[in-house]
Amino acid sequence: MTEWVAEVGAATGRTVAYVGGLAEIFAKSLSLLFLSPLKRGRMLQRAVHEAMAAGVGAIPITSLITFFIGVIIALQGAYELQRLGAMQLVPSLVAISITRELGPLVTAIVVIGRSGSAFAAEIGTMRVTEELDALKTMALDPVAFLVVPKFLAMAVMLPSLAILADLMGVLGGALFGVFGGGFTFGGYMLATRDALLLRDITSGVVKSLVFGIVITAVGCQEGFSTGAGAEEVGRSTTSAVVVSILLVILIDLIFTALFYLARGGQ
Amino acid sequence: MSAPGAAAPIISASHVRVRYGDREVLHGITFDVLQGETMVVLGGSGSGKSTMLRALVGLEKPSSGEVRIKGVDIARAGARQMDAIRKRIGLSFQGGALIGSMTVGANIALPLLEHTALERSTIEVMVRIKLEQVGLSGFEHYSPSQLSGGMKKRAAFARAMALDPEILFFDEPSAGLDPITAAGIDDLILSLKKAYALSMVVVTHELASAFLIADRIILLDRGTIVAMGPAEEVKNSPHPRVRQFLDRVADSTQDDEVDHLRMYTEGIR
Repeated sequence: MTEWVAEVGAATGRTVAYVGGLAEIFAKSLSLLFLSPLKRGRMLQRAVHEAMAAGVGAIPITSLITFFIGVIIALQGAYELQRLGAMQLVPSLVAISITRELGPLVTAIVVIGRSGSAFAAEIGTMRVTEELDALKTMALDPVAFLVVPKFLAMAVMLPSLAILADLMGVLGGALFGVFGGGFTFGGYMLATRDALLLRDITSGVVKSLVFGIVITAVGCQEGFSTGAGAEEVGRSTTSAVVVSILLVILIDLIFTALFYLARGGQ
Repeated sequence: MSAPGAAAPIISASHVRVRYGDREVLHGITFDVLQGETMVVLGGSGSGKSTMLRALVGLEKPSSGEVRIKGVDIARAGARQMDAIRKRIGLSFQGGALIGSMTVGANIALPLLEHTALERSTIEVMVRIKLEQVGLSGFEHYSPSQLSGGMKKRAAFARAMALDPEILFFDEPSAGLDPITAAGIDDLILSLKKAYALSMVVVTHELASAFLIADRIILLDRGTIVAMGPAEEVKNSPHPRVRQFLDRVADSTQDDEVDHLRMYTEGIR
């Protein structure tokens, strides 16, 4: 019994320390963004480079997946709504579920798979091959040099991708609407516009900004904590993905609950 | 250590101890490296010589004792002060540690781009000069993974020299290379020494190259200095551990048994 309690205590301690580490790497990056002696211009250049890899490179796959998800939601919704004779609600169902929830979430999960894992693998490999030490001896702080540009890139690219995902999801819904729901394309889009409030889109965008920061922090922290050897890189890559997905969903839950409560729970 | 009238020490380590967890790897090491001197640190595998190098450049924090570079205690130096020191030193890692995502040229240009206000075209010329010095002309557009082990080491030298440092550190410059490439690297170190009057610390276990390039030699054994002095003096030292290392004699079985017993009974009362 006492062992069990000790185990729970130790696990809680580790979790708190881990989250503390994430906060620390974020805070350090934030201060280095303004205070680092490294050249600002070069830092932005690296951020653009990261943004191309993590953001622009994710456009095709994110678009495709959210487009399909739009179609799927329309199909699933129509299955129920048809029985109630409420097919005109399909655009609003698709629009709300995509913008408030699935667009940002699916984008985050795609980016975790593409970039969160890549951050951990990149930094982990650099640790194993002493490249991080080499940066330090060249007076290039690895956090300022590697992590700050990633934070910048992800904080811009994830919300942008989420907006794109919203659009593609709605278009997916429209595909069903036009070919299976008896809508005209213009009519579907009008119905979507009427169903959406600006708040639906901004809440999704705010969430994805936070997701971007969390994914970067986890990926980089896992990279830095890589032990010696190639298999350790694999381990930290795996745990970057697993921990990021868990944290993203947890944060999503907290945000959604907060938004719900903020509106008086209606 | 310095004789009266000699140059001031550029690096001075006193009573440096380093531990990993509860295992102490360096047991209190004291020595000076003088301005313009080439100090070779010899030692077998696990003697703590790489750890010592890491402690000298501030990658490893000593658990006690201090390392001073140009008079500054690097454990107590602030971030800015440490950056200033690091811009004046170059370290060439055992495996090269070139940034894998950049070309060889970009690796050498990196410290110049980050720490100087030079024009891009000037930097390009400097990169070519540095590559020429290490015999890698024309390789600036190769990625590090396309280079052989010896070429990586030479590219790492070029990067270490990019900012024209006052002190160069080499970790195992000729380990794992064929004799011809290794000799080429020794020549390179000798020519750097002649051309720039740099202070150098070279960690190695290659005897031939050690005696060729060293002004003074430190022999490390199990985390302590067993011999230190001018190359000739160390070469002729009668100390049994020095003789054993220089004459390449394996540890006797008796020693081994004592060690084994100690290993098995450690921590048991």
